[in-house]
Amino acid sequence: MTGGGAPAGGNGDGGRMTLHVPMLARVEGEASMHVVVEDGQVSDVELRIFEPPRFFEALLRGRAFTEPPDITARICGICPVAYQMSACQAIEDACGVTVPQPLQRLRRLLYCGEWIESHALHIYLLHAPDFLGYESAIDLARDRRDLVERGLRLKKAGNAILTVLGGRPIHPVNVRVGGFYRLPTAEELRGLRATLADALPDALATVDLVAGFDFPDFTHDFEYLALRPAQGYPIEAGQVVTSGGLAFPAAEFDAHVTEEQVRHSHALHARLRGTDPYLTGPLARYALNSAALSPLAAQAARDAGLGGVCRNPFRSIIVRAVEVTYACDEALRIIDSWEGAAAPSVPVEPRPGTGCGATEAPRGLLYHRYQLAADGTITDARIVPPTSQNQISVEHDLRAFVQARLGLPPDELTRQCEQAIRNYDPCISCATHFLDLTVEHR
Amino acid sequence: MAGPGVSAAGEASEGAASRRPKLAVWKFASCDGCQLTLLNCEDELLTVASEIDIAYFPEATRAVVAGPYDLSLVEGSITTPGDAERILQVRQASRRLVTIGACATAGGIQALRNFADVGEFLSAVYARPEYIETLADSTAIAAHVPVDFELHGCPIDRGQLLAVLAAFLHGRKPPIPGYSVCVECKRRGTVCVMVAHGTPCLGPVTHAGCGALCPSYGRGCYGCFGPQDTPNAASLAGRLAFLGMPGRDVSRVFRTFNAAAPAFLAESERHREDAG
Repeated sequence: MTGGGAPAGGNGDGGRMTLHVPMLARVEGEASMHVVVEDGQVSDVELRIFEPPRFFEALLRGRAFTEPPDITARICGICPVAYQMSACQAIEDACGVTVPQPLQRLRRLLYCGEWIESHALHIYLLHAPDFLGYESAIDLARDRRDLVERGLRLKKAGNAILTVLGGRPIHPVNVRVGGFYRLPTAEELRGLRATLADALPDALATVDLVAGFDFPDFTHDFEYLALRPAQGYPIEAGQVVTSGGLAFPAAEFDAHVTEEQVRHSHALHARLRGTDPYLTGPLARYALNSAALSPLAAQAARDAGLGGVCRNPFRSIIVRAVEVTYACDEALRIIDSWEGAAAPSVPVEPRPGTGCGATEAPRGLLYHRYQLAADGTITDARIVPPTSQNQISVEHDLRAFVQARLGLPPDELTRQCEQAIRNYDPCISCATHFLDLTVEHR
Repeated sequence: MAGPGVSAAGEASEGAASRRPKLAVWKFASCDGCQLTLLNCEDELLTVASEIDIAYFPEATRAVVAGPYDLSLVEGSITTPGDAERILQVRQASRRLVTIGACATAGGIQALRNFADVGEFLSAVYARPEYIETLADSTAIAAHVPVDFELHGCPIDRGQLLAVLAAFLHGRKPPIPGYSVCVECKRRGTVCVMVAHGTPCLGPVTHAGCGALCPSYGRGCYGCFGPQDTPNAASLAGRLAFLGMPGRDVSRVFRTFNAAAPAFLAESERHREDAG
């Protein structure tokens, strides 16, 4: 057993060196990283994901078509709404039901809450300590309590949306196939409006803060994949587009994306066209949709020095901050234009067939597919989370990153690799469905 | 195999400078939601961190303070041979051990494998099942080591977590009542969804703690806090059948996030047979 989070440094043995980080800290779940260096060249990088598999796709078989929103939420405590939204969309697709606009808007509002909560958690509690030279946000708070308190306020604002619309921040209870169990009251929405109006200056201050961090000069050239809706920034709907020029509906996801199993990970590895790694998440969403940001969020992005496309993964923290700004702004717009809905949900009757759903989880595209029997029993389920789609790209990225930093002392190299991995905000609970860095010099 | 560090009790002591109690947070098979509940205490987190030494909490910090720990919070269930070993070491390094959430207290949603052939589950998800090491069953932490207190919920409630932390740090009994969700419904003045609307509800057999959320949203309780201290599941199942629920569905409502909790397990078995 090795010490969690503590770098288990490299060992020099002639031309071969290994670097191994036993358990990656400040990520959701369990993983390790193993790097092999042969004669000064990085020959292999493995992100080893050993989060125990929980077999969601198997345990959904035989369940009722009404159950996936509650069951799949339990895949991830950080982004349960993403699972609920992709599940609802897929089942409604299978049953031939379109949820009316007002309920779609309410789903988007709920999802804004999860983006704010998840991004604020990642920016302030998980990632900023790397840039500012602290072991954790709690250490950071000893010197910069104001910063951490701002992060916690933002996170709480996101959780306020989840609490009003969902009942609670983790595993909300108010989501159902067809809509919601109950609509928010005018008074509840007024309360939320006040919270979000206060959160907006905190979001803009966050963009300012992170734009001032020191970023390594490091870029990558991955194909980006994200949703693109008819209008607005992608959250709860859209067709799948890539920077390589592909565009297809969620229903064709299986035809374009294949998953393979590798020995070193419990998360399946996804590729486009059977061969190409790609990246989903904030960098991809931004590159493919920056023109669709609201004026306020677009201005914040310009002020932070982001062009239309960002290729430095370390700057993803700025994109997250811009997305938090957008989510606060968008949530306010949805509340201000809310005119009520005829009913909290529409009826959904089961029918035999297959349905697909894709939404933008905070970490990237989340795809669900269900096959239903005539009585609504689930006969097959497929779930493709963002972290498993990003695994190969992260490994490629780390290979180039480590190669350029082989001269660093092992402890420092380990620390920088961890920071590089956190650029992708990996959610290991989702993907197995994380880090322990080893660098092996051969 | 990746595994967080477990130092045997007594391996290291911090010296006289650090007198604050040491807290460790451990994760086994789970969604991270219960440990996230600690980070969701936005108003209390920094105060908690000043009162206690967060000595091991990989989701929040890369710093590691060696054990022994005064209090360990354990999230997740045991599903792999490696984890079955690791929990023994966690217990050895902990003065008090509190399990948090449905996975740690009852095996979680992943305990649905206990009713199936895990080999079939493996091949349903993985093309190369031989790469995966897993146990046939998902089991609660208490099935492996002595547990000082079990905090229920999927996820746990933030207020209850803070109350349990405070109780253990001050050496008193956690103020967590074992009555049902019904009591919480009455207290908040929610009209009974089952009596008034015929909505199936597991509230009468489910452990309080959430504040009776689902009925306040017009939905029946779905049992995510697991069985209350004295559940009469057979009586409730009779009521569900009376409301028109088929046996297969009665079995299914007891088989969700606390499927392996004894009271829910027994009732689900009874109705699975009913369904033939």
